[in-house]
Amino acid sequence: MLRCTDLHRYLGQGEGRVHVLRGVSFAAERGQVYAIVGPSGCGKSTLLYLLGLLDQPDQGRIEINGQVMSNSDDLARTAARGAHIGFVFQFHFLMLEFTALENVMMPMRKLGRLSAEAMKARAHSLLDAVGLGAKTHRLGTQLSGGEQQRVAVARALANQPTILLADEPTGNLDVKNSALVFDLLTRLAKEQGQAVVLVTHNPEIAERCDVTRPMRDGMFV
Amino acid sequence: MSPNLRIAYRFLTAKKRAMFMSLACTILGVGLFIVTQATTSGFQSFFIKVILGINGAIRIEDKIQDTMRSMAAVGASDSYFSHREGVKYIEGVEEPQRVADALREFPNVRGISAVVSGGVQVSSAFKTENSPQLMGIVLEDHLRVSDLGEQIISGSLDEFRQTPRGVLVGRVLADRLQLTRGDTVNIAARGQSSRFKVAGIYETGYREVDKVNVYMHMSEARSLLKKPSGATFLQIGLHDASRAPADAARMVAVLRHKATSWQEREVTWLAVFQALRYSTMITVSVFTLIASLAMFNTLAMIVIEKTKDIAILRSMGYERKDITQIFLWQAGIVLAIGAAIGALFGRVVTWAVGQIPLPINGIFKTDHFIVIVDPNHYVAAIGTALVMVMVASLIPARRAARLEPGDIVRGTAQ
Repeated sequence: MLRCTDLHRYLGQGEGRVHVLRGVSFAAERGQVYAIVGPSGCGKSTLLYLLGLLDQPDQGRIEINGQVMSNSDDLARTAARGAHIGFVFQFHFLMLEFTALENVMMPMRKLGRLSAEAMKARAHSLLDAVGLGAKTHRLGTQLSGGEQQRVAVARALANQPTILLADEPTGNLDVKNSALVFDLLTRLAKEQGQAVVLVTHNPEIAERCDVTRPMRDGMFV
Repeated sequence: MSPNLRIAYRFLTAKKRAMFMSLACTILGVGLFIVTQATTSGFQSFFIKVILGINGAIRIEDKIQDTMRSMAAVGASDSYFSHREGVKYIEGVEEPQRVADALREFPNVRGISAVVSGGVQVSSAFKTENSPQLMGIVLEDHLRVSDLGEQIISGSLDEFRQTPRGVLVGRVLADRLQLTRGDTVNIAARGQSSRFKVAGIYETGYREVDKVNVYMHMSEARSLLKKPSGATFLQIGLHDASRAPADAARMVAVLRHKATSWQEREVTWLAVFQALRYSTMITVSVFTLIASLAMFNTLAMIVIEKTKDIAILRSMGYERKDITQIFLWQAGIVLAIGAAIGALFGRVVTWAVGQIPLPINGIFKTDHFIVIVDPNHYVAAIGTALVMVMVASLIPARRAARLEPGDIVRGTAQ
């Protein structure tokens, strides 16, 4: 479903140029939860952004559902993101001028697969699933950090992506909310048969994943 | 509502103060553009109405006489009249009736008035004026090519019509000679003088005309000026006065007489009005320029503040063109509201300016600002704002679209 082979990525310019990823290969299958762990600066997030087609590798190959995406143009990568990939970021990245419901509907509106009513119904059902059914019309600014991250999880699942990528999804939350968000993410993903790849520093979270891949100096160890 | 428009609206309303600044400048830019065009065009249109009301759209005078050189020129090419050096003129129109018959074949010609004109001396009991110009006219013909009927301020046309030895005197000349309706004046020309009755006093508003022109029945004028035949010039009224230059050119070619359009006659004043219009247009466009800079500033700020939102939109499948659209929609929203309110503001201020007292007497007479409501001014004002604001918005919009989501997320995470 998601496969990358021999990924290399350099960041920075001139003397500051750093070889962040040094030939990383990775594969993720449906219904499995993968944790990528490692110290700060080891290339975890860079790998995640490459897998999520937010960035392009300097070398290597990325396949999503059998389609090679590493050399594709921006339009194809954007379309693949909208159709196959859901993101959850560390700092929740809700659009604060919009309500929880509107945030969840936003990827659906762009994809345009569902009618307006069906989008609304799905957004309501996802917000119910993350325990925010009563706060659908609250603006992002009127939600707590944990609630915002739960909305972000609902939004990541909105288009029923085959791959869910999460960059430190609990990194900004207290223990209680961390557990809640992780449980939600894994439960909903497993129910819908999605592959979940998350980057985390939290060993407890990593332990609860199906597969843990430690990284160091731009390589899996 | 499209997703992009919905996002644009929310982004914009989140920056109310900056948005209102852009909006206010757009309203001022559009509104003041309309007001200045309404006033300058108003005076220009009024001036044109006045001069058409006095001298008609075209004046035919002086017969063209072929010379050896002009005949050689016409033989060499079709550009006969471009070779001005080869053209000589015989003063006046020798056969006005034949020329008038030919002129009636022109579909745009509304009326033709033959005028016999010459310098005279006009004396009242109070004073003598040496510069007046006598205009011998057939009243009914002249009314078809001028606004003389609307220019009478004392006496009446009927009185003139029924008084064979009656004259119409301009207000300025009447004031200088201390004449009133019913007074008698002595008019002298070519060693002959006769007494005439002031049947009416007219006022065109064009001071030089009101000081000089004295209208008299054609037969009396011919007798006084000793011009038993012919005409000094033919005054032509047109259905569409804007076509006067083209019609005049055709008349020259067909009638072999000099034909001058009102645009050619009044080229100096028209150039002054045109320059005034352009200068005010440029001046008030500064407001639109400020509006576009304010819009640029607002959007540039929004791009900086919304980089995370741009990244999240891109991560969920929004394309670069969607991001560009979101920012151009914001400019579009401000522009649409600004144009609508600006046009309304312009209309209201135009009306208010039209009420301001402003006594002017010289090339025309008015006691208040003259304004004109022309849809073209609204189109030009909104078009100018559209171009300036959208061009200014393109830069931040394209910058937003160029942002790489990976760079944004990485930068934020660090």
